[in-house]
Amino acid sequence: MSAVLEGRAEGPTLRQRLAARGIDGATLLVLPCVALILGLFIYPFLYGLMLSFEPKDGSLFGNYARFFSDPFLYGTIFKTLRLAFPVTLLNLLIAIPIAFRVRLMRRQRLLTTLLVLPITLGTVLVAEGMLFYFGPQGWFNRALMAVGLLSTPISVLNGYWGVFISLVLTGFPFTFLLTLSYVTGIDPSLENAAATLGAGPAARFREVFLPLLIPGLAITFCLSFVQAYSVLPSAVLVGDPANATRVISIAAYQAAFEEYDYSMASAIAMIMGAVQLLVVVAVLGCRSLFYRGPAAGAKG
Amino acid sequence: MTVGPTTFKQLHLQGVRREFDAFTALKGLDLTIERGEFIALLGPSGCGKTTALNCIAGLLPVSGGRIMLDDRRVDVLRPEERGFGMVFQNYALFPHMTVRKNIGFGLRMRGVPKPELEKRVDAALAAVRLESQAEKLPGQLSGGQQQRVAIARAIVVEPPLVLMDEPLSNLDAKLRLEMRQEIRRIHQSLGSTTIYVTHDQEEALSLADRIVVLRDGAIRQVGTPAELYALPAHLDVADFMGFRNRVNGELVGMEGEDALLNIEGTVIRGRMRAASAGKAAVAAIRPDDLEPTGTDSGIPVRVEAVEYRGRGFHGVGVTASGTELHFASPYPLQRGAAVRLGAEAGRVLVFGDAR
Repeated sequence: MSAVLEGRAEGPTLRQRLAARGIDGATLLVLPCVALILGLFIYPFLYGLMLSFEPKDGSLFGNYARFFSDPFLYGTIFKTLRLAFPVTLLNLLIAIPIAFRVRLMRRQRLLTTLLVLPITLGTVLVAEGMLFYFGPQGWFNRALMAVGLLSTPISVLNGYWGVFISLVLTGFPFTFLLTLSYVTGIDPSLENAAATLGAGPAARFREVFLPLLIPGLAITFCLSFVQAYSVLPSAVLVGDPANATRVISIAAYQAAFEEYDYSMASAIAMIMGAVQLLVVVAVLGCRSLFYRGPAAGAKG
Repeated sequence: MTVGPTTFKQLHLQGVRREFDAFTALKGLDLTIERGEFIALLGPSGCGKTTALNCIAGLLPVSGGRIMLDDRRVDVLRPEERGFGMVFQNYALFPHMTVRKNIGFGLRMRGVPKPELEKRVDAALAAVRLESQAEKLPGQLSGGQQQRVAIARAIVVEPPLVLMDEPLSNLDAKLRLEMRQEIRRIHQSLGSTTIYVTHDQEEALSLADRIVVLRDGAIRQVGTPAELYALPAHLDVADFMGFRNRVNGELVGMEGEDALLNIEGTVIRGRMRAASAGKAAVAAIRPDDLEPTGTDSGIPVRVEAVEYRGRGFHGVGVTASGTELHFASPYPLQRGAAVRLGAEAGRVLVFGDAR
């Protein structure tokens, strides 16, 4: 026993032992960040969670019971999923081939800048633009009528497809840029190696690129999905907010600012978070079935 | 997938050119390689040796010229149709596949039936002595083991031609020596034609049947290691072959094959390698061949530094005009001492100013 203690005394100091575990003075630099997360994320989240258990009727689960018994409320979960899932999938499917082409281009900077613009403009501006472009007197209808494809203007807006298009437009750049970074992260010599071993383009994609990309694509899907799932402005501006595109954030907005029931609004926000979390966990769970190491040439 | 022939007699490069925008990386290579040969493409970085290899592999399209396997044109084929094996500088192992899967990849792409595939992968694993690592991922292997997997993956398909792009440059000195012997052993046991790119003349000398020295996208000299080592045709090839001392002098006459060169007032004898239009010429001497004469003949230098090299000493001396000379000495010398250096006439190469 005493031998052990003596061994301790002669061993490295507390400071050295902490440093060996990666804790040193620089660790303190994370403190402002921790404070920010605590103040702006953890506290509001816990506050909202508590608030959701204090409904107007006084029972603990009153809000949740009301949400899941009213189809007008619980239906929003599926209406939002019906938008967010296909939009995210479509964006990903468009992004992959384009990223594969762009990775070989020399002037990626200009394209990247062009693609970042819609993100900075935000959904409201895109929705406003769509109102004019797809409106009865907009370019879309007038062009189709001019070439004789339509006799009367069709209404793309004020419904499911209006929101769908707006989400594709605003979501694509984000999905694409993430996908591009994963695609360019794969060592090009892997493709060359596969080619010299007799693999044609399709086999190279299937055997080499896809398995290495799947973890990154899963993350891209999750981030794009969460973004699409919390859609609000375009669902109101170019959608049918009373029916087809009554997404879950509209339900939360109405509870908070039309019924002034903050407790109910918090409960809806919690449900929304739970749905997103479920999807993300499911997707990331599937990801663990694949190889997740570095996508470079694995040099020792 | 149709993959190229498994055998051929000769590989011909006929005026192979490669341009990148305004830059010409290969200025028309002409070379014939016999079946079973081990060819080293040797040159400093930027000489076009890797470009040449990539053109042969089909990873870079040629800008001009032809690559022929006997009378079959291959430069128009895609890399997957050529069926050449390639070992990459960074190994390029598939990180998500086990060693066994990596090695079996080429066979699988060729549609080899499973029992035969397993048998051939086992044989390849045995050839590079990695049987015990078969189920590991490349990331779990050391650099030398990864290199052996890369070699096994390239040779398991029994390609007519194996291309190696500086395969040892990422390894430490000891491992490099071991792998060099391994590559030589594999080449000799399989008899596969190999083109090996390197910037290390020692590697080229020890491995190759013939060495092709490249410079600025053009071939400077082709020859056996012994030819290149003893009689480089150009000053820059000599430089690459270890002729570290290059001294400017003036031609004062010829005696049979030997040229007489006046170097700062001292006349030395050397073999004439490239004619000179005027009187100016350069003598190239390996440090090991330049020794203190112990007499009052030879080039006078002041000793700047002396290093112990086990068998003897390596000295650096400076001539009156400031030229540095590296030399060998069987005995230690004091810094600042004045000595005279000389070399046998057969060990001094004299190059005219026309390069």
